[in-house]
Amino acid sequence: MTLIFPRESLSVFPKHLSPDYRSTVKRSPSKPLILVPQTLSELTGPVYGHNAVQEGDNDLTKQHKGEPLGERIIVHGHVLDEDRRPVPDTLVEIWQANACGRYVHIVDQHPAPLDPNFTGAGRTVSDKNGYYRFVTVKPGAYPWGNHHNAWRPNHIHFSVFGHSFLSRLVTQMYFPGDPLFPFDPIFNSVTDEKARRRMVSIFDLDNTIPDWALCFRFDIVLRGREATPQDTDKH
Amino acid sequence: MSDITPSQTVGPFFAYGLSPKGRCQWDPNGTYSWKETVGDNLVTPDAAGEKIRIEGCITDGDGMPINDAMIEIWQADAQGRYASPRDDRARPNTQFKGFGRSATDKNGVYSFDTIKPGAVPGPNGQQQAPHIVVCIYSRGMLRQVYTRLYFEGEAANNADPILKLVPAERRGTLIAHKESRGGQALFRFDIRVQGEGETVFFDI
Repeated sequence: MTLIFPRESLSVFPKHLSPDYRSTVKRSPSKPLILVPQTLSELTGPVYGHNAVQEGDNDLTKQHKGEPLGERIIVHGHVLDEDRRPVPDTLVEIWQANACGRYVHIVDQHPAPLDPNFTGAGRTVSDKNGYYRFVTVKPGAYPWGNHHNAWRPNHIHFSVFGHSFLSRLVTQMYFPGDPLFPFDPIFNSVTDEKARRRMVSIFDLDNTIPDWALCFRFDIVLRGREATPQDTDKH
Repeated sequence: MSDITPSQTVGPFFAYGLSPKGRCQWDPNGTYSWKETVGDNLVTPDAAGEKIRIEGCITDGDGMPINDAMIEIWQADAQGRYASPRDDRARPNTQFKGFGRSATDKNGVYSFDTIKPGAVPGPNGQQQAPHIVVCIYSRGMLRQVYTRLYFEGEAANNADPILKLVPAERRGTLIAHKESRGGQALFRFDIRVQGEGETVFFDI
């Protein structure tokens, strides 16, 4: 099976310069990107198997002496390619604010409490079906300095590898029905509504565990699809 | 229209999850220590080749250091082979992964200890000069940008099929300069995200 990584697939990505998100103004390339062929250097990519994670790395509620405060949730889903085939054995890393909307990072000094029982970092490796699962607490919304009264919708950061260095994805998972969506320039930097919806997890009642934790499903679709004979001819 | 999941910025606070042991002091008190999976030292005991250090500063459109960037590198081993199932050549130094990650410190500086890569196969049977694929993420970047690091003084640079596609006056932004520090080979590779001397980024 030969995978190809069409450039067109990236059309749903945000533009590098999205001025409503102010930090992009000085941090986006001003010259056009240079079109180059995909070589072995890009078509390959690092592999982190199950030895890269330790037992419990995917449970963010059990990394300290006590349990973190907040609403316990399960976040699970499949890592898929553009043909909706599973991407197995791939590293999935997450990080997030605590239930009060505060990150443990020293730079986050906004007036919300830290939780001594919550770091907010987790990792796992997808199984042979591309399936991954985390247990965590729902992150809080938090203010940021982009504009007056700016608040980020609740979100969990995701970092995923996939089949090649071209399928590498860093994104954010949002929660359904968040009232902050219309006001968030990062969320709205994705201009296609259907594409935005793919960053929003789905409430998963079937996998909610009674008396214990709500569940949200978040499938991640990475760049890469099977080459058709026509594609192969082009090479 | 494609249906891949869109990219979003890595934000300013990734270091405790993605680069917990790096040069970025995200947790000066060491209270929330978290294990590291991907670090900035790629050298493994079985990796043959020349040990080098790569260091550079990343700056924004005002020339200010970006102190919350994450740099990832992907490279072949000294014999030009990638540790990937998509490179099917035999690879005796099985521990060398060729992948590293460095979060920048307060001065916008990142660094890697690694092995100098060999030349690797390129398009249409051509060889590519030794190079490292560099991927940059930061607050203010809604999606990663890709560039390449080539090495000063490599004769093969002149024939490299990717460098040839870059306007001659901008090629210098892709060349790491050799310095010596304490007898160790150091390659300096500064990255300018925007403005004068802007680093070449690739559409791939």
